[in-house]
Amino acid sequence: MLRKIRLILAVLFFIAVTALFLDFTGTIHAWLGWTAKVQFLPALLAMNAGVVVALVLLTLLVGRVYCSVICPLGVFQDIVSWISGRRKKKRYRFDYSPEKKWLRYGVLGLFIIALVAGIDSFVALLAPYSSYGRIASNLFAPVYRLGNNLLAYFAERADSYAFYETEVWMKSLPTFIIAAITFVVLVILAWRNGRTYCNTICPVGTVLGFFSRFSLFRPVLDAEKCKNCSLCSRRCKAACIDYKNHRIDYSRCVACMDCIDTCKHGAIGFRMRKKTLDEQAEKSAIHKDDKNQIDNARRSFLTATAVVATTAALKAQEKKVDGGLAIIEDKKILVRATPIVPPGAWSARHFAQHCTACQLCVSACPNNVLRPSTDLQKLMQPEMSYERGYCRPECTRCSDVCPAGAIRPIAIEEKSSTRIGHAVWIKKNCIPLTDGVECGNCARHCPSGAILMVPSDNDDMNSVRIPVVNAERCIGCGACENLCPARPFSAIYVEGHPVHSVM
Amino acid sequence: MSNQDKKKKVLSRRDFLKTIGVAGVATTGLSACVGGGKDGTLTVSAGEIPTDRMTYRTNPTSGDKVSLLGFGMMRLPSVGGRSAREGNEEIDQEMVNELVDYAIAHGVNYFDTSPAYCRGKSERATGIALSRHPRDKYFIATKLSNFSPATWSREASIAMYRNSLKELQVDYLDYLLLHGVGMGGGMEEFENRYMKNGILDFLLEEREAGRIRNLGFSYHGDVRVFDYLLSRHDEYKWDFVQIQLNYLDWKYAKQINPMNTDAEYLYGELEKRGIPAVIMEPLLGGRLSNVPSTIVARLKQREPEMSVASWAFRFAGSLPGVHTVLSGMTRMEHLQNNLRTYALLKPLTEDDFKFLQDTATQMMQFNTIPCNDCKYCMPCPYGLDIPAILLHYNKCLNEGNIPDSTQDENYRKARQAFLVGYDRSVPKLRQASRCIGCNQCSVHCPQRINIPKELHRIDAYVERLKQEIG
Repeated sequence: MLRKIRLILAVLFFIAVTALFLDFTGTIHAWLGWTAKVQFLPALLAMNAGVVVALVLLTLLVGRVYCSVICPLGVFQDIVSWISGRRKKKRYRFDYSPEKKWLRYGVLGLFIIALVAGIDSFVALLAPYSSYGRIASNLFAPVYRLGNNLLAYFAERADSYAFYETEVWMKSLPTFIIAAITFVVLVILAWRNGRTYCNTICPVGTVLGFFSRFSLFRPVLDAEKCKNCSLCSRRCKAACIDYKNHRIDYSRCVACMDCIDTCKHGAIGFRMRKKTLDEQAEKSAIHKDDKNQIDNARRSFLTATAVVATTAALKAQEKKVDGGLAIIEDKKILVRATPIVPPGAWSARHFAQHCTACQLCVSACPNNVLRPSTDLQKLMQPEMSYERGYCRPECTRCSDVCPAGAIRPIAIEEKSSTRIGHAVWIKKNCIPLTDGVECGNCARHCPSGAILMVPSDNDDMNSVRIPVVNAERCIGCGACENLCPARPFSAIYVEGHPVHSVM
Repeated sequence: MSNQDKKKKVLSRRDFLKTIGVAGVATTGLSACVGGGKDGTLTVSAGEIPTDRMTYRTNPTSGDKVSLLGFGMMRLPSVGGRSAREGNEEIDQEMVNELVDYAIAHGVNYFDTSPAYCRGKSERATGIALSRHPRDKYFIATKLSNFSPATWSREASIAMYRNSLKELQVDYLDYLLLHGVGMGGGMEEFENRYMKNGILDFLLEEREAGRIRNLGFSYHGDVRVFDYLLSRHDEYKWDFVQIQLNYLDWKYAKQINPMNTDAEYLYGELEKRGIPAVIMEPLLGGRLSNVPSTIVARLKQREPEMSVASWAFRFAGSLPGVHTVLSGMTRMEHLQNNLRTYALLKPLTEDDFKFLQDTATQMMQFNTIPCNDCKYCMPCPYGLDIPAILLHYNKCLNEGNIPDSTQDENYRKARQAFLVGYDRSVPKLRQASRCIGCNQCSVHCPQRINIPKELHRIDAYVERLKQEIG
């Protein structure tokens, strides 16, 4: 019974979280966005005390149910392990193994150090929810989107507007590779030994394991009923049941209840422990304070002097015949001296401190603006670039979905008055000067009226007009950069602000 | 001469109907001879298309018997394209051959091309398709085009003319046109293009020598050029003139764009002088077949078995001074449908004529952009797909998917249809938001649309739709 409840809840949670990463229409988030926000590490980084306390209390009450139900990476491993167990003679393939304390606490120690020292890429690498997010957004989402595009293809032929095509593109090769490696490693581990990752590497697993030692309810092995048949041990994917000594390592037990159903002698039951909890509660409070102590002065941003390469702008071809389409060169990604982070992030530092690189915002961004950074310092944390689209004024999708508080919820009005960067004009690329034609596409599309067109020759009011930027009004949305006709490098681009400001 | 004066010279509606009546009698008589007189069964049911009933008109100067349906080679099919006429796709030569063979088998004998059509590849495709037939089975019309000033010199013009002969695989041309006079820079451009370099004189000599059997011009835009050329008819002896004529442009061309001239006037001027009129844009690039549902209902109610397009073809074909009506037939269905209309033309009655004029008045209430998808504006140097954008807008207008405000009943559905359809019809990088307003396109537009203005208007509308989620 308990196992069935666990299974149902786990599947529901797993589907919900996965759907968040797959959905690109923004409809599912309104209903299921909370399933990402109750994830442990994001909630911790978002300083969402309610969720963190609730999760700790849940663990103190019934053990690591979080790992079995809420954590999508855990459920993902369970699914792999279940498939593996359906092979002949592999149902009882596990075995008890003692806890590898040095590894668990060693990794947790490193993780906390990285968190405090601001080595975000390491933090992101180990965070379980983020790992799953990367797998879902890098491996599952493209498949889902291609499927959608197939439906869109048929819908178009049926003259239906129910499905529309989406872009599928490689947002960052390093992140993709990391996601693929994580995927392969986890599948192998889970296929062979079940929850190895959760009980040796996962820092969240270690922290919750610390609490679950003292959980009120727990599976208990009744030594008197036990016939030492070893079935429970061989069925335990956490390898935590020592049937010989009738002991269960509660720090590793994920409360999956498999053993209860497995035991043919009714020797295992989910029961209340007898000891009081005072001692443990105290300990947990201390520990939590520890975790919350995040160093505020983390790091200064590496301000690489970016070389904005420029090449000859697209030369207008002379028209001789009718029909045909001019070839459009792709915009190249330029190196920005200061990376741009979305409105709601407040500052690059605040953003880097809270982001767990789960890729949820990257998946959700409908304008193809967000993509994982390739900078080692904040590898996989999202940043903005405007070659494929720009941060549209009506959209606050990333701030809506962020579970870690890295991108705080922001209203549309607030967003349109938040400066996240400022536009910089590159004279040698500007079409009016290179092609001698009127343009002004940047000024026409600036949502805040920050770009003015002025004569290029101060002495000749009729000379071809060029854009000038009123930095006071510029919010850094990138409409100008994206819509600039100069290719492959725009004649106007956005430089990020390390700290955002409000007009 | 003021417009008022001009209008007086135009034949009145009564005159028009009189002439229509005569044409009707004439064609019926002709068909009776050709078709063997099948008891006046005028309508041809869907399915069978007779091969021997094409309506013909005789050229007064050369005596050519030209099919009333002329094949326009501007909208040739391309391989793999969704609309059969995609951006950079190659011409589907096999399909062209098939269409031409079918057309000739059903009595079509007039083929109109230009060195500029289909990215300059139309003439060659036309030549390949036609050279498979005996030379006396078809008439070729091509043009001295004028898109790029680089082709305006005497040498370049003669080279273009000779190249046409080569591409079309012929040693004489049946019809040669000065292409699109009145476009772009109007009178001044015309003089630079055809007069000052002596090219018109050259062409007159070629006609004398028999290498050009009929000399004429196609006209768009500045009416002063049209009037000027006709005023010198005694000298140049135009064998034919090509004009844009259809039931919408008959009285509304000027209202649609003040720089254009009503077809009623143009046709009247030609008829007065007995110059055969070759008709282009009888269907406005499909705008008179793809009409709002209310108009479809109106037309179908009157003639349930006739296509919407057939009305437009009957309108042009009913005028007795019309030599041939060009249709750019991309698909076999187009060709078959048009053959049904002209393989025994059922001329408009007086009532029909009035009905179509009322229809035109109703259509004027829809603010469609008068783009006929001729692609003269293309390629846009900044990569936009101009006709695709304008056509998408028109399509949504026709289908009622241009909501005015979020309060509209069907706002969400219409918004989705507009935006999703927009991305489908036009790739993102070729949409209106990319128009920089350089205005290199407008001078090439035969309909004289202020293209950047329309694109910016559409872009602003799209922006509004995107922001007002509703």
